[in-house]
Formats: sequence, C-alpha cells, structure tokens
Amino acid sequence: MSLADLFTIAAVSAGAVFFLAGTVGLLRFPDALTRLHALTKADNLGLGLVVLGFLPRVDSVLAGLKLVAIWLLALLAGAVVSQLIARAARRAEPPA
Amino acid sequence: MMEAFNFGLAFLILALAVWTVVARDTFAAVVGFVAYGLLLTLVWVQLHGIDVALTEAALGSGLTGALLIGAAARLRKTESAARAERPGVPTRVAAALAAGCVTVALAVAVLALPDPAPSLAPETAANIAATGVGNPITAVLLAFRAMDTLLEAIVVLFAMIGVWSLAPDRAWGGRPGPLHRADPDGILAYLARVLPPIGLVVGLYIFWIGADLPGGKFQGATILAAMWLLVVMAGLADTPPIGSTRLRIALVAGPVVFIAIGAAGVTTAGAFLAYPDGLAKPLIKVIEWALLPSLALTLALILAGAPERGAK
Repeated sequence: MSLADLFTIAAVSAGAVFFLAGTVGLLRFPDALTRLHALTKADNLGLGLVVLGFLPRVDSVLAGLKLVAIWLLALLAGAVVSQLIARAARRAEPPA
Repeated sequence: MMEAFNFGLAFLILALAVWTVVARDTFAAVVGFVAYGLLLTLVWVQLHGIDVALTEAALGSGLTGALLIGAAARLRKTESAARAERPGVPTRVAAALAAGCVTVALAVAVLALPDPAPSLAPETAANIAATGVGNPITAVLLAFRAMDTLLEAIVVLFAMIGVWSLAPDRAWGGRPGPLHRADPDGILAYLARVLPPIGLVVGLYIFWIGADLPGGKFQGATILAAMWLLVVMAGLADTPPIGSTRLRIALVAGPVVFIAIGAAGVTTAGAFLAYPDGLAKPLIKVIEWALLPSLALTLALILAGAPERGAK
C-alpha cells in the first residue's frame, strides 16, 4: 500500500465522516437554519475531502481539474441554494 | 465489494420508490422522485449505460423533477381538500389489484426474457463505420433508428403545445410563466450571471462530444434550457411571447430540417431518413446542430409553463 493509497483512504474516510455528521445534523437539528448549516458542511467539506482523496488516483491533469471543478460547482450551488432556502424559511416564520 | 454496493443501491431504490408512492404530501413525493432518478442514474452508470445515465440525470430527474415541483406548487392550494377525500374500500381494493396485476405482469415479462438477451449490438458495431460517428448510441439514434429520434423531437414539441393550450384566452400569444422579480444585486441574480457561461460550455461540450463519446443533443439541450430558465427566474430576462413568429420558426426549425433531410433521402438514398453513401456523418451533424437550439427552447418553454401575461 503506497503513500497515495493511505492518503486516499484517510481523505475519503474523513469526507465520509462529514457526510455522516451532516446527515445526522439534518435529521436531529431543531430548525431550518441549523439544518442548513449541517447540510452545507457535508457538501463543502465532505465532498471537498472526497475529491481531494481521489486526486492522486486520476490519470491526467485534466481529469483532476474536472474533479475540482465539480467540487467548486457544488460549492457555488450549495451556497446559493442554502441562502435562498434560508431566506424562504425566515420569511415563512419570522423570529419571535 | 461492488456486489455489496449494487445490492445497497437496489435496496435504496426500491425503498425510495415505495416511499415516493406512499408519501401523502405531494411535495415530499416529488423530492422522493428526484432522489429516485439520481439513484437510477447511478444504476445506469453501473450498467455502463453512460448515455442513458446522462439522459436520466438531465431529463428524467432534473427536468421532470422541476416540472413536478411546479405542479406540486400549483396543487398546494387544493392539497388539503384532495387529501381529505378518501376513496372507498372498493376503489382502493380495485386500485391495489390493478397495480398488483401490472407488477406481476412486468415481473413475468422480465423473468421470461431469454438469457442471454437478444442483442443487436454486434450488428451495430459491424455497421457503425458506415455512419462515420464514433459513439454507437448516436449511430443508433441518428442513423439506424433515426425515425424514433425524429418522433421524439416532435413529441417534445407537442408536449410544449399541450402546455400552451392551457393558456387562458386573454393571455394567448403572451409570455409564459409569471413575471419573476428578484433583487438585482441578490444571490440568485449573482448565480444567474456566474453559472450560465459555465453551463453553456458544459452543455455545448456534452452536445459536441456526443458524436464519439456519451453525450448528445437532448442532454446538452436540457443544460442549455436550465441556464436560460435560471436567467429568467432571476429576473434578468423575460420569456418571449408565444405569438412571436421568430420564436415559432426557431421551435420548428430542428424537426423541419430533420424531416427535410429525411425526405431528401427518398430520392438520394432510396428510403425516408436514409443517408447517401459518404454523407452520413455531415448530415447527422446538420441534424444535430439544427435540433439543439429547437430542443433547448422547447424544453425551456415546457418548464416555463402556459402563457399567463399579455405580450407587453
């Protein structure tokens, strides 16, 4: 087992932990805003770590760049959608 | 290891399918359906059907999901009334029986399939050189079974006409969908400025690569349609009035070119939709390029909905 393999296992496992934590948070947190907070951790850090873990395994630089681009697009979409949902949630139930 | 993954995937899909059917809340069922479509995409990837996976993700899950979310939003007003109505026991038993019979018939049909399944793949592989394209799916869709693709493109157009026909008389010829107003400096407008250039490149790339690798006009057109709708929803552009002659020409241009090339095949190659020797690849390219804008526009207008406002 090479150093690259160890790195992949460590990074992807860490990413999986963030996905798990994000899912638990989504199920357990009390309101929409905190649930969004949990979800974006899974998207941002979880996916980021998984992509990072796969980087040593790609065949070409282009494939690696594609992986990073997927992560960046997920970041952009996640950030925008969570803001929109949060705004809709605040409008639906104004803070007491 | 892969076996375990496949079994897990199959179990998740079945569970999600059951949940989507039994969910009482329309919106929840729609979300279940979208997730189901994304899992189905993974199944197609596992079966090495990348073209189908792309189509499932773009059209089956994405576009259909967006359509269903729109429908669920419109049904919200009447949802509690609809849910209060409970069909009587005979109706429910009849529905369960009918659904059960369909399931059993499907299961019997699937189990009765010969093993190995009859396949035209060797013939496709043997004759693909005649078309000049590298992706066997594209060869099948635009050369060997071009009729199916032509009808598909026309069906999409008919679906859009069906959506338009829901317009009230006063809005006929007007602009589809509500007038979207969003904060011009807000996050949605920001996304609608940042994402479309990327989406345009990705959509055209998927379309372009379709000649030799998985991809094609339907998947590409869906992405282009999504980008345009994002711009519309952010209030940066408006949908065109459906009475516009230019819009109507753009909508039918793709199918018309397809039919014209097909009809020309009667005299030049001896059959409708046949290509003369050596001209297959350029003609396929012309058809693809003609269909892409028409399809993107048609798909976007299906999602935009029926005309609701006057042309001004």
